[in-house]
Amino acid sequence: MAIKERNHLQDIQATHDVHVIKNGLVDIPMLQLLDAQGNLLSQELDLWDEQTALRIFKSMHYIRILDERMVSAQRQGRISFYLACTGEEASVIASTAALSNADMVMTQYREQGVLAYRGYRTEQFMNQLLSNALDPNKGRQMPIHYGDKALNFMTVSSPLGTQIPQAAGYAYGQKMAGEPALTICYFGEGAASEGDFHAGLNMAAVLHCPVIFFCRNNGYAISTPAHEQFAGDGIASRGIGYGVNTIRVDGNDPLAVYLATLKAREIALTDNCPVLIEAMTYRLAAHSTSDDPASYRAKSEEQEWQLKDPIVRMQRHLQQQGWFDQTHIDEYCTTQRAEILQALKTAEIQPKTDISEIVTDVYQDIPAHLARQRDELIAHIKRHPEHYPATIMSNKD
Amino acid sequence: MAQMNLLQAINHALVTAMSADDRVMVLGEDVGHFGGVFRATSELQAKFGQARCFNTPITEQGIIGFATGLAAQGQVPVAEIQFADYIFPAFDQIVNETAKYRYRSGGQFNCGNLTIRTPYGGGIAGGHYHSQSPEAFFTHIPGIKVVIPSNPYYAKGLLLAAIRDPDPVLFMEPKRIYRAAVGEVPEDDYTLPIGRAHVVQEGADITLVAWGAQVAIIQKAAAMAKAEGISCAVIDLCSLLPWDVNTVCASVKRTGRLLINHEAPVTSGFASEIAATVQGECFLYLEAPIQRVCGLDTPFPLIHEKEYMPDEHKTLAAIKYAVHF
Repeated sequence: MAIKERNHLQDIQATHDVHVIKNGLVDIPMLQLLDAQGNLLSQELDLWDEQTALRIFKSMHYIRILDERMVSAQRQGRISFYLACTGEEASVIASTAALSNADMVMTQYREQGVLAYRGYRTEQFMNQLLSNALDPNKGRQMPIHYGDKALNFMTVSSPLGTQIPQAAGYAYGQKMAGEPALTICYFGEGAASEGDFHAGLNMAAVLHCPVIFFCRNNGYAISTPAHEQFAGDGIASRGIGYGVNTIRVDGNDPLAVYLATLKAREIALTDNCPVLIEAMTYRLAAHSTSDDPASYRAKSEEQEWQLKDPIVRMQRHLQQQGWFDQTHIDEYCTTQRAEILQALKTAEIQPKTDISEIVTDVYQDIPAHLARQRDELIAHIKRHPEHYPATIMSNKD
Repeated sequence: MAQMNLLQAINHALVTAMSADDRVMVLGEDVGHFGGVFRATSELQAKFGQARCFNTPITEQGIIGFATGLAAQGQVPVAEIQFADYIFPAFDQIVNETAKYRYRSGGQFNCGNLTIRTPYGGGIAGGHYHSQSPEAFFTHIPGIKVVIPSNPYYAKGLLLAAIRDPDPVLFMEPKRIYRAAVGEVPEDDYTLPIGRAHVVQEGADITLVAWGAQVAIIQKAAAMAKAEGISCAVIDLCSLLPWDVNTVCASVKRTGRLLINHEAPVTSGFASEIAATVQGECFLYLEAPIQRVCGLDTPFPLIHEKEYMPDEHKTLAAIKYAVHF
């Protein structure tokens, strides 16, 4: 498909009226393939296979259980902070299922489902959440800031939207290296207000980067509802403005998310271009354990969305396909619950990172001034160990 | 007078400013109905309406650019950046626009009515994205003022002064003591002068300088030093740009020694600026090297937060080193 050069006047059709494109003229439809009862709404598509569907279903359950357990662990003071994905499991997990494990994932911070689907183990989640010495990030970040090189999951950073232009750059690198892989970049509709979103989409389009921008439009950015965040037709309408292929999907419909992402991946890799997916969903959870939505949204609104629970919809679909086994899923959930609690206990008693790590990884090699600061700090702690009872110091001499 | 914590004092200052002047408007992420993630803007929307206290989309560069324009028009915006760690997308607006509005137009235009509020600092298990103390970046920008209160009384008086100051002010709030710092605060309208330090206590042997939450830390160290027979003067700097050279230097001339404490990394931290100035002004009075008790030159840690902090024990050790030098 030839791309029109829009900065050449002769390509632009003239009009002799004052032609105002009214806000609201763009009305982007939403791909939906399962209704609330799990009925298939179209017979035209190639469905997923039983194995993929069950793996998605189990991961959704796993994340629901993990989130419930960890929110309660935070309430008990066992972890300092948590951020649940409740209600958005289909968006995150079904999209991941449509990718290759070689695809790089850059997330915001609510996408633990990606890790679960790719095989991150329960003890790995716990080591990060407990900031112990087994956490590959060395206990340097708040809970839920996961990162795993082996699973192509870029370490999470709290600032919003910063990963969006990075994803474009990473994808450009993959293209230049000839890798048969792309980058997927997750973010929320609130983060899409950041300048980095606009910079990232524009650069990805201009530089033909094989990247999927996956927006979880979950209705809220902490307390701020979507209607105070943007006035246009969601986030999808912006893709059109930047010349980015765009799909809007029902984010609580796992099959629609899966097939939309498959299609996006095919387009991105075949045409070397970005694709924007806007998943319409709802943050059933609080923003984080520091938040209480009761002060800014109605219970009735939450109840309305509970009826659209993606796990329930998925179960009904599996039942219709004859792929659902209640005993099997019950056993799975019971086992996972027990495993999570056990792993939490184990991770809690692991030692914290050694104090000498306080200066590592700032640079590849420790510069002289940091080595000196480390030595002075350690000498101070050795003189006053009573004030630093929790410090782990392997070298005591 | 009323008992308030630091957050309540800030909220009280905002209510006072908005009541006194219809042009005062509060904007930022979640500051509206919700009242801000720390509740500093609680009830403002209910009291003054959505047009004067409103949520913004999540775009810090947008918030500061918008507020700069609003101020240029003659309104009095108080823009909140939810965490100082997230102020950097607005750095271009602050450095190249807000700070230079008056200068570049020869005084024809200005955005002096702008106040930027932002919580900063560690001690809340927030890791490197909810703990940073970026004040020194902003003290390197001619054209803005930088103010940091250490207790509720100063928070209210200095915030009201910042809102009414003819120049743009960055007002940084030590979030660690938002609820912990409690004190008597006048319920009336009052301002405290920007650019003037507060002598918390006089002393004979060494001058301790800090701002924000670290003022309480140097006070603790001073009390510990007193038990060992060392008399410390304690100064709360209150304003970093401009800072009160006279008060600090007068004290150093009396004590002959200076210690500066801040959470931010030591290299190019604001302590360096103070040390250089005091060294120039008080060279012949100094009896010991100026001590900097600061954060390490690393990103702000999570699991090693306690060890990283320039606490009272490190401060006491540096006091003793200077006094026995």
